[in-house]
Amino acid sequence: MDSDEEDYLYACDSGNESSGDDVDVGLDFDSGDESERSGNKYSSSRDTNTNTEDYPYEVLSTEDITRHMIECIKEVNSVVNIPVTTTRILLNHFKWDKEKLMERFYDGDQDKLFLEAHVVSPFKATNKPQKVAVKTSNGMEECNICFLSMPSALMTGIECGHRFCTDCWTEYLTTKIIDEGMGQTISCAAHNCPILVDDHTVMRLIVDPKVKLKYQHLITKSFVECNRLLRWCPYPDCNYAIKVQYPDPRPVMCKCRNVFCFNCGENWHDPVRCHLLRRWIKKCDDDSETSNWIAANTKECPKCKVTIEKDGGCNHMVCKNQSCKADFCWVCLGPWEPHGSSWYSCNRYDEDEAKQARDAQEKSRAALQRYLFYCNRYMNHMQSLKFEHKLYASVKEKMEEMQQHNMSWIEVQFLKKAVDILCECRQTLMFTYVFAYYLRKNNQSVIFEDNQKDVESATETLSEYLERDITQENLADIKQKVQDKYRYCDQRRRKLLEHVHEGYEKDWWEYSEP
Amino acid sequence: MAATRRLQKELADIRKSGIKSFRDIQVDESNILTWQGLIVPENPPYNKGAFRIEVNFPAEYPFKPPKINFKTKIYHPNVDEKGQVCLPIISAENWKPATKTDQVIEALINLVNEPEPEHPLRADLAEDYSKDRKKFMKNAEEFTKKNSEKRPAD
Repeated sequence: MDSDEEDYLYACDSGNESSGDDVDVGLDFDSGDESERSGNKYSSSRDTNTNTEDYPYEVLSTEDITRHMIECIKEVNSVVNIPVTTTRILLNHFKWDKEKLMERFYDGDQDKLFLEAHVVSPFKATNKPQKVAVKTSNGMEECNICFLSMPSALMTGIECGHRFCTDCWTEYLTTKIIDEGMGQTISCAAHNCPILVDDHTVMRLIVDPKVKLKYQHLITKSFVECNRLLRWCPYPDCNYAIKVQYPDPRPVMCKCRNVFCFNCGENWHDPVRCHLLRRWIKKCDDDSETSNWIAANTKECPKCKVTIEKDGGCNHMVCKNQSCKADFCWVCLGPWEPHGSSWYSCNRYDEDEAKQARDAQEKSRAALQRYLFYCNRYMNHMQSLKFEHKLYASVKEKMEEMQQHNMSWIEVQFLKKAVDILCECRQTLMFTYVFAYYLRKNNQSVIFEDNQKDVESATETLSEYLERDITQENLADIKQKVQDKYRYCDQRRRKLLEHVHEGYEKDWWEYSEP
Repeated sequence: MAATRRLQKELADIRKSGIKSFRDIQVDESNILTWQGLIVPENPPYNKGAFRIEVNFPAEYPFKPPKINFKTKIYHPNVDEKGQVCLPIISAENWKPATKTDQVIEALINLVNEPEPEHPLRADLAEDYSKDRKKFMKNAEEFTKKNSEKRPAD
């Protein structure tokens, strides 16, 4: 798809302006005149983001996406001479991979292709099945859904030849769209007929603007999800998508100001890579750690096998399971009876077995502790980041206060900048713990940890400065301190990332598989 | 109401066609949305009895599919203990409004006659059905004799 996409980018300004009547604007393919394509400009809502170093991308609104989709269809149609509606079903069948479609179209068995994609071959227009609706004597047809006789003018159908009354069609399509959330894959209403309803027919038969909107939404949704150069902004309720020229794990910023990784859709997570982050998130979500905790902190009742957590000092355990109530020793898990009053001389171990059990428990305890170490720090930074908006608000207040102490607006901007950098540092630090969790110790990892320590302690100091009260006396002093600190933080953060990136290039990093 | 008109016609057509494997159709005149009928399978081990089913049509019928429940207990890989049956053509996703109730019933009878162990509701029965047909047949036959309804005389 890459090369086509690049072509598309060059032709970026050649999209046709759709005839603008409300919601079906985006899906009205025929309204644009081929010959006028090169003239029109996109609406200004589409902006190319050129300021992101070397990774150009665009933020697309829903309308832009629809236009982009139409371009893809037109591009294929300029080569393949079939109805646009058919092209779209075929493109969707191939997950919008134009090259794959062309390849199959020209190299393979075309009839098989159309059959697979559930469309009627446009080259066999005369070959319509004759099983059309029952014609009654007086030129009326009976609709096979509502069983009413209708004048032929009120009956309609798609290429497969099955005809139903328009009311039933509308009701059928509405049900599939609204209740089933189906867009591209609604087939003819006839029993056992797999032929897909094209979007033109859908837009013609649906009148309710709400249903039309939902349909359009479903179509763009599947278009974006199929297309590897597009990704929805994952921020809740954000309707923009990012379009790149080649997919890569890079940060992209949506119009809603959310910054995320184009490759995996998570928050931008430098220095850790997508696959390790995915593993980490899965680990955190999993209850595998819960079971580790259970293994490390609990034992089973020797009689009824219920899981027991020891939360008090005495080793004389009485099982709380009402049907069990076994008395046993927490240390050796043997019956309490023989321990009597002098359990300290508890010598009822089977040496080997006890040692094995202890080893296993220690191992899982150590693994758990290691995980918790990294997880706590990761969570800590995440938690602090969540208070970001609070911090911005309190800093804004401070800035206003300072302006009353004879500082100009421009002079107090350093505080906002400090918070920006603080947040960046926290975000980076948070993901360094994921990176570190999987990292095996070597000379470079020691350097990495030193860098991490450095950024972290500086970040905490900066954070502290920002919490402090500002009085008239210490104003200039504080400004100097804050500025020095945030410059240092920013510098060290960049150094840390550079070091990790260099390590990626030079293969320094070895991973353990916990 | 569209559902009522269509169901009245479908009911009349089914009664007129007199298919042997679905009989004794009972519909409460005040509520045409619920039908009961007797499935009379052809194939062993179910040909030793008959099975009462209930078909429930939603108010949105025919735009939403009917639901089918077995009222008679049946030992079958595709019907669970509560009498629920998994029939693809009446799943919400696959449903076509032009599909008629007789086609649904036909699909159901085919399923009863030829169990589909590939997508079972009762995995234990499906396993026996695939791996130990003899045991399955024996159990199913006994179960049918004990639990099913009498087959109509003709």
